[in-house]
Amino acid sequence: MTAALTSPTAASRALDRPDVHLPLPAVDGLVDAVDAAGLRGRGGAGFPTAAKMRAVLDAASRPDRRRRGQPVVVANGCEGEPASHKDATLLALAPHLVVDGAVLAALALDGSRVVLCVGTAAPAAAGLRAALAGRADPVAVEVVEVPERFVASQETALVRFLGGGPALPTTSPPRPAERGVAGRPTFVANVETLARLALLARHGPHAQSLLLTVGGAVTRPGVVEVAAGTPLSRVLDLAGGPSTQVGTLLTGGYGGTWLTARDHLGLPVDRDSFRAAGATLGAGVLLALPADACGPTQTLHLLRFLVRESARQCGPCRFGLPAMAGDLTEIVDGRPDASAAYARLTERLGVVDGRGACSHPDGAVRLVASALHVFAEDVAMHLRGLPCRAAGAPSLFPAGRSAW
Amino acid sequence: MSHLRVDAIACDGHGLCADLLPELVDLDEWGYPIVTGPVPRRLRRAAAAAVAACPALALRLTEPPR
Repeated sequence: MTAALTSPTAASRALDRPDVHLPLPAVDGLVDAVDAAGLRGRGGAGFPTAAKMRAVLDAASRPDRRRRGQPVVVANGCEGEPASHKDATLLALAPHLVVDGAVLAALALDGSRVVLCVGTAAPAAAGLRAALAGRADPVAVEVVEVPERFVASQETALVRFLGGGPALPTTSPPRPAERGVAGRPTFVANVETLARLALLARHGPHAQSLLLTVGGAVTRPGVVEVAAGTPLSRVLDLAGGPSTQVGTLLTGGYGGTWLTARDHLGLPVDRDSFRAAGATLGAGVLLALPADACGPTQTLHLLRFLVRESARQCGPCRFGLPAMAGDLTEIVDGRPDASAAYARLTERLGVVDGRGACSHPDGAVRLVASALHVFAEDVAMHLRGLPCRAAGAPSLFPAGRSAW
Repeated sequence: MSHLRVDAIACDGHGLCADLLPELVDLDEWGYPIVTGPVPRRLRRAAAAAVAACPALALRLTEPPR
C-alpha cells in the first residue's frame, strides 16, 4: 500500500521526511507542550495524551514509588482494526520517528524501559529491530510481537500480554498508568501518537496532521497524511477519488459510524468536526461504500466480525453481540418478524452499551445504532419485507476468514 | 454516596446480587447485572451483603473520592 503525502507544513509531517536517527531534543516541558498542542491519542479513543502522561507521573510520584518501579512506555503498533493500515505504513516509513517519540516519552516520564508492540504477522518487527540496531538510546528499548487480534490492541490487553498473560483486556481500574507492565506506571500510546509527540519535541508547536487509511470504493486506496481539518472531498481525491458513485462512508473503523457522502463532502476531517456530524474519526479509517450497496447487509458483515473478535470474557459482549447480529440478520433478510427484531435490537443496543471491561461492545453498538439511523429508509424497506437487490451480498470490506 | 461496581470479566451472571438487592440491581436477558443507581445510606448494609454473597467476587462497593 502506497502513501500519498500532502502535509502542508514540514514540521507536522510524519511520513514525507527522511527518517534518520538524530540526537534527541531536550524533554524539559514536553508534557506541557503536548498539552498545549492538544495532542490526542491516534489509536481510536482520542484520549488527551498529556492527561495520560500526567497520570503516569502522578502514580510514579506516590509514596510507594520505590515499590512500583520506574515507568514503562508501551508503543502500540498492533493495529487490530483490519481496515487500518496507517500504523503499519508509519512503522515501515518512519520507524526512527516512532522510536524517538517513545524514548522521549520515557525520558519525560523518568521511565527506564520502552516496549514497541507490533502484530506477529506484520513486517514491522523486523524493520523496527533493524532501526534499533543502529541506535544508542538512553533507555532500554525492545520489540515485542503480539498475536493479531482485534481486542489485543486494547491497552489493558497489551499490559496483560507483556505480563505473561493472554492478549485480552482486563478490568480497569487499575489503569495501566497506575499499575501496568510489571506493576509499574505505564504509558501506553499508539505509534502515531508517539510520532506526533516526537515532532512536537523536535519542531515546537505547529498545526497537526493526521494519518488516514482511505479504502473501499476509491481508485487508489491507501494511507494519506493530511492537515487536520482538510475537507473530506479532498481526502477522497488524494485516494484517487471515488471509483463508483459513493453513498456512504464508514468512519473510524469497524466499531465506527456511517456518514452519508452527499451531505458531508465539505466536512473538515478532524475529531471535533466529525463528532459534531455524529460520526467518529476513531483510528482514522475512511471506507467508501458504493451507493448501490446494501448498508444493513454490510453492517451485518462487520457486526459478525466483531462478534467473532470478542474476547468473550464479559457476558453482555459474549451474549449481547450475537443476539444483536441475530436481530440484524432478520432485518436484513426482511423476514416476517423483522419488525419485532428491530424493536428488540434497539432495546439491546441500550442494554449492551458500556457493559464490557473494554470498549469492544460499545463499538459494536455504535456501528449498529449508526446504521439504523443512516440507512433508516433502507431498513424501513427491509422491515416491510422488501430488501434491496444488494441484500445478502458478500462483504465489501475485509471482514476476516469466515464468510457470510 | 457509594457505588456498586461490577467487574464484567469476573461476573458469571449468578444473579445473587439481584436477588439480594433488587432495589439497585436488575438483570439483563442473559442474567448479567445492571446497576441502576448509587447506593443510598439506607441500603448500605444490603449492598455490603450483596458484595459478600457474590460467588465470583465480581461486585465491589466503591466510595466516592474525598
